[in-house]
Amino acid sequence: MKTVRIDAKGMHYTPLNQKIRAAVAEGAEEIVLDNVLGQRFIGDGLRGNVRIIINGVPGGDLGMFMSGPTCIIKGNAEHAPGNTMDSGMLVIHGSAGDAVAHGMRGGKVFIKNNIGYRGGIHMKQYEVEARPILVIGGTAHSFLGEYMAGGLVLVLGIGKEKTMTDRGIGSGIHGGEIIIRGEVDDYLLGVGAKKFEFTEADLERIAPTIKSFCEQFGYDPAEFLDTNYTRIGPASSRPFASKYVWE
Amino acid sequence: MTLGSVPPKFKVSIDRDQCMDCGRCIENCSYGVYRREGDKILIESRKCTACLRCVAMCPRDAITLTEKPVDYRSHPVWTREAREDIINQARSGKIILSGMGNARDLPIIYDRLLLDACQVTNPSIDPLREPMELRTYIGKKPSKLNFRKTESGDVELETKLAPNLKLDTPIMIGHMSFGAISLNSQLSMAKAVAETGTFMGTGEGGLHKALYPYQDHMIVQVASGRFGVNIDYLERGAAIEIKIGQGAKPGIGGHLPGEKVNEEVSKTRMIPLGSDAISPAPHHDIYSIEDLVQLIRSLKEATEWKKPVFVKIAAVHNVAPIAAGIARSSADAVVIDGFRGGTGAAPKVFRDHVGIPIEAAIASVDQKLRDQGVRNEISIIASGGIRNSADLAKSIALGADAVYVGTAALVALGCRVCGNCYRNLCPWGIATQRPDLVSRIDPEAGAAQVSNLIHGWTLELSELMGAAGINSIESLRGNRDRLRGYMLDEGMLKILDVLPAGA
Repeated sequence: MKTVRIDAKGMHYTPLNQKIRAAVAEGAEEIVLDNVLGQRFIGDGLRGNVRIIINGVPGGDLGMFMSGPTCIIKGNAEHAPGNTMDSGMLVIHGSAGDAVAHGMRGGKVFIKNNIGYRGGIHMKQYEVEARPILVIGGTAHSFLGEYMAGGLVLVLGIGKEKTMTDRGIGSGIHGGEIIIRGEVDDYLLGVGAKKFEFTEADLERIAPTIKSFCEQFGYDPAEFLDTNYTRIGPASSRPFASKYVWE
Repeated sequence: MTLGSVPPKFKVSIDRDQCMDCGRCIENCSYGVYRREGDKILIESRKCTACLRCVAMCPRDAITLTEKPVDYRSHPVWTREAREDIINQARSGKIILSGMGNARDLPIIYDRLLLDACQVTNPSIDPLREPMELRTYIGKKPSKLNFRKTESGDVELETKLAPNLKLDTPIMIGHMSFGAISLNSQLSMAKAVAETGTFMGTGEGGLHKALYPYQDHMIVQVASGRFGVNIDYLERGAAIEIKIGQGAKPGIGGHLPGEKVNEEVSKTRMIPLGSDAISPAPHHDIYSIEDLVQLIRSLKEATEWKKPVFVKIAAVHNVAPIAAGIARSSADAVVIDGFRGGTGAAPKVFRDHVGIPIEAAIASVDQKLRDQGVRNEISIIASGGIRNSADLAKSIALGADAVYVGTAALVALGCRVCGNCYRNLCPWGIATQRPDLVSRIDPEAGAAQVSNLIHGWTLELSELMGAAGINSIESLRGNRDRLRGYMLDEGMLKILDVLPAGA
């Protein structure tokens, strides 16, 4: 495997991304970025199948508009990793800030620990090939999956007594599903979100995602392969259909 | 129903002596006003929207349309509209939806601004003989240029120039999405802008494959729903526009109803068939001016700093400081959309009451940017209610670099401003996805009409400039000395920085 190492110490994001693009263009299969400290937009609009190992803490909009690559982040991430991402994968060995996977339309974002507000907001999907998946090992703050139009948000609540304690889950959701480990109190649900029974069929559907997440972070998937989840989906796919009257 | 019915808005009648019974009115009316019973064409006036399709298609001019055939008792406060809105909401309990731009009878500032012309002391210029420079560059301009001498003695530009859009005429077509309008409408306009050397916006509906041949003339939009946005889309566009707000409905998002999301729309927006396409009110990754900077730079970084990025805002009370913030955000142009801007659908209360006139917004933004010494950092694109070349010339004299037209381009395609765009029944094939209606627009013919309009305005602008002794658009820009206010109050004259007529 062709590996390229880039020392990002003190480097601005534009030359850093130029180096990444150049390495991809020269056929790198793996790129290791050392000493990353707050550089935004890493992998922004990047295409291909390259694997990028990020040692450090990347800045906002990691993997924005990204189409294909895999980024393994050995640390926390900032604001909106996976923003409007198209395909590929982000694996974050830590926590991330607000608006994680904002408007994401495909690919996977796996977060080992917790995320901030508005996670998975306005995620959307088109047919089966473009179905985004966001998995959070710990918990998320308010407005998780708000305005969600498609895809899957899975919250596992590892190490938490209650997986979710923040409100506004799925407010305005009109597509896709939010699956949360254990029970979810009714008052945590946003307007337009509705709880559904989590069935064996649902488990079968999300089992590959659980296994893939556990594989990344070294958990035993058996711990999570039961039906102790709450599934939250849209009460209607047309939440605003009855709001208006013609002039 | 204790409320009963309200009087019909229009009365349609057929002059039976003129009528040749061809039935074109029945075929053309998608609202179902006409039907045949036996050997007679019957009329149901209540369904009429005054789109005038039947009038335009009647070969004998046999159709007459009267507005308000039965009116209420006249009253200066309780107008027909006030009463009918109450009745409508008493029935439904809902938000009233409307189409097109602001429909209130408020004074239009453009109509109270007058242009200058030369007499005796400085000669006017004849555009037939002298070249008129209308070429406009949209994007950042350097504050100064550095040159160096090469060994051969030539002079070379040292300053690195930011990417700009090159317009042959300062008229662009604003953002109207595929979904809100038909593909044939978009195709007509795309062909027209390619032919006239200018640009059009995609709106937030993605870029349909059929438009790829014109992509060098397309500005791709990134709005809060991020519909159709991926790296391929961003790279195809000549420029990228972030839509923060819209003049017809400042502060709120958009909902494309599921009825309009057919297979092609769903494919282009990358959303499921028949689902509502909801654009939230804010971009949920922009909660501050710093976040806006981040989105702009993420778009530039994704496209390797090769494309200008515009930010479109609605003209609201504090438009000038907001634009000044945008000028410092790495954006290349700010689009200001005035309160008369059109839309496919907006809550009526927003369309008619929120925002400020574009004329005042252009003047205050241009002034603020000049005061702060950052006018060169950003171009100003004005839109919202620009109806003719005079509005265009006045916009530029107030300080705009170029304008976007929306409704005017649609009128060139047949639109009669009936304002029922949200019903998916547009008989002119514009604001509809119904295949039989969409096919009423032939993109070749449509393109010719739209490009005729752009040509016509461009010729008129040259004549107006020539008459004022100006041979370059640069000399008209922000040249408020060539405007005079007529019947404008002192406060407004001050904002516009324009003298009253006679002064």
